[in-house]
Amino acid sequence: MRQFFSICAVITLAGVSFAQDIRVPADVTAGNDAVISTSGSGKATFYLSGPGVARKADVNLGESIPLSSKELTNAGSYLAIVCSDACHSGAFCVIPDKPASLSFLVHPSRVPVALNDAVSGIAFPFDQFHNFVLAPGTVNFQFTAGKASLLAQPVKMQNGAAWFRTTSGRSAGALQVSATLGDIMAHRVVQQVASDACNLKVEGHPSPGGVFVQTEPVHDCAGNLLPDGTVVTFSATQAHGKSTVDAPIKQGIARAQISASGPTTVSAASGVVMGNELRLEAQR
Amino acid sequence: MKFVIPITLVAVTVVLMALALAGVGRSVENVGIEKGSAVAGFTPRAATPEQAMSNLLLDVQRRNWDRAYDAVSKTSEVTETSFIQDWSGSNGSLRAFSALEGFDARPLHATTDEAQMRVRLHWTTPVGPLEDVRDFRLIREGDVWRAVWPKVQIASVPAQIVPVTYLRWDLVSGGTEEEWGSRNVDAPHVRIISMNAIDSAEGAIVMGEVVNEDTVPAFVNVNAVLVDGAGNPIDDENSFDKIAHVLLPKQVSAYRIDFPKLTLKNVKNVRMDAKATLIPASADPVIGVMNQKLDTDAQGKTVLHGDLLNQSGQTVNIPHVIVSFYDNNGKVVWVGDGYVDKALLAQSSEPFAVELPKSMTGKVQNFHVVVNQYSLGRS
Repeated sequence: MRQFFSICAVITLAGVSFAQDIRVPADVTAGNDAVISTSGSGKATFYLSGPGVARKADVNLGESIPLSSKELTNAGSYLAIVCSDACHSGAFCVIPDKPASLSFLVHPSRVPVALNDAVSGIAFPFDQFHNFVLAPGTVNFQFTAGKASLLAQPVKMQNGAAWFRTTSGRSAGALQVSATLGDIMAHRVVQQVASDACNLKVEGHPSPGGVFVQTEPVHDCAGNLLPDGTVVTFSATQAHGKSTVDAPIKQGIARAQISASGPTTVSAASGVVMGNELRLEAQR
Repeated sequence: MKFVIPITLVAVTVVLMALALAGVGRSVENVGIEKGSAVAGFTPRAATPEQAMSNLLLDVQRRNWDRAYDAVSKTSEVTETSFIQDWSGSNGSLRAFSALEGFDARPLHATTDEAQMRVRLHWTTPVGPLEDVRDFRLIREGDVWRAVWPKVQIASVPAQIVPVTYLRWDLVSGGTEEEWGSRNVDAPHVRIISMNAIDSAEGAIVMGEVVNEDTVPAFVNVNAVLVDGAGNPIDDENSFDKIAHVLLPKQVSAYRIDFPKLTLKNVKNVRMDAKATLIPASADPVIGVMNQKLDTDAQGKTVLHGDLLNQSGQTVNIPHVIVSFYDNNGKVVWVGDGYVDKALLAQSSEPFAVELPKSMTGKVQNFHVVVNQYSLGRS
């Protein structure tokens, strides 16, 4: 921000010092009208060059040259040139208007529960003309799960950005993250999902043609049920071979019917997490 | 005089044709069966088991089903329809998209009235050339030999309604008018949990296992770059069909990346990269892998075989089995795969077999089978 103002100050001073026949405004806020005054007499050609604008017009020296708000919407440095016998120029800066929107990026969109420094976000303010606003300010980040407010964290903006990094919560579900700057607010949602299975337990009994096995409700270590569709691999090992079934969890429990006969050892795994072993006498 | 030359030419042609045909018949008596016949449409009499086998397979190759079925003994318990289905496939199976490219047959034993032949069938398929070995029994009926066709087992499932209550994930793409940053959905998080690089007769192989650690399904591909001592890439390849691409949450798949005609001699480093994208997917069908056992087959090869059991209500057209073989330390020492050429009908099972190279036979202590499935009309 300081750098931007310094550049603009140097440009403005340069305009005042060397363009004696043309006087440009010091700083113009984006979207406002401005006037360039000229001295002398006679016809001249006026040129305006800036971010997203280039204009040429015939003007009379000694009269003011109006600059409309529409041509001054983009923040940055502008150059005004008036040419008659000789050319004189002046530079001025258009600075961003007050913040009108926040670009708010939050990462990741899904995160396992209870993971340190797993959620991060950054907010950038922009004015109504989409100019990046560098003016200092404080963004208030708020975290809510359901209706409960978990955390509010005010963060001072540095070089036009405010950011946070935090640990994910212990409950699966939607985590609402909002960023507020003045009366502007932006919302994002991070889906907190169950982590790896914890204490995976399998139970079963002989059934016609083999064994029927199922898990107890599969939770992570924070007590959240693993989502439906998560695969649990059941293995049934017998003297003459092995059978496996990749069964998806449904309402917290994975179930499988496995072909087996005689003494059978059943185990279960979900991802890299192993469960207990179960010894059954399968029906022949 | 003017007829002498044409008559001579015709006579020589006829003699040469006769010699050629007689030559084919003689050669098969000693060394097995050559592919093809001298004249398309002309089939020598099946005076020997080898000739009968050759005639049958040539007719199958030409999809001349009536003639092929004529070469089957009437004592066989097979109808022409099921005989044709046995060769040409059904239900959108891999066999239905395959063609018999060639065959090699050799007699196992023969008496005056009965013979046993082992035939190596070479198929061209959409997933590459496949080889199948089948044993046939032939008997002499009068002065010709015919094949005795075993009863074709067609899965018969009683009419029923199979309720499908498994999860399905759909993917909603955000609109372009949305605010920046408001519609970013992360790619699934997958992780390579093991990697092993070995040299084989065909080239270098990088293999291991990958897990979908996320709570959404992922389409996964594993890439590997071989890097030399100076840090320059030697070659890069991906897992192609040697992986179960669609991984449900917490599902583990083996992967294998082949680098043909390369050795690890000059390789200093291997850069691995697992790429995952969000895809719509279904947790159905569930396919059980039953009765898995490492065994030695009739040819002396070590083979993992078992049965795939489709526990759902839809047909799986092309089942594909991918196996990771572990040593006694749990390290993946080999990844093999095999396609099942018959469709896996609802609530029915089909056998599968995956060969283990001889060099790995002593090392393997355990294995894990993943079933990849291709179903027509489904993503």
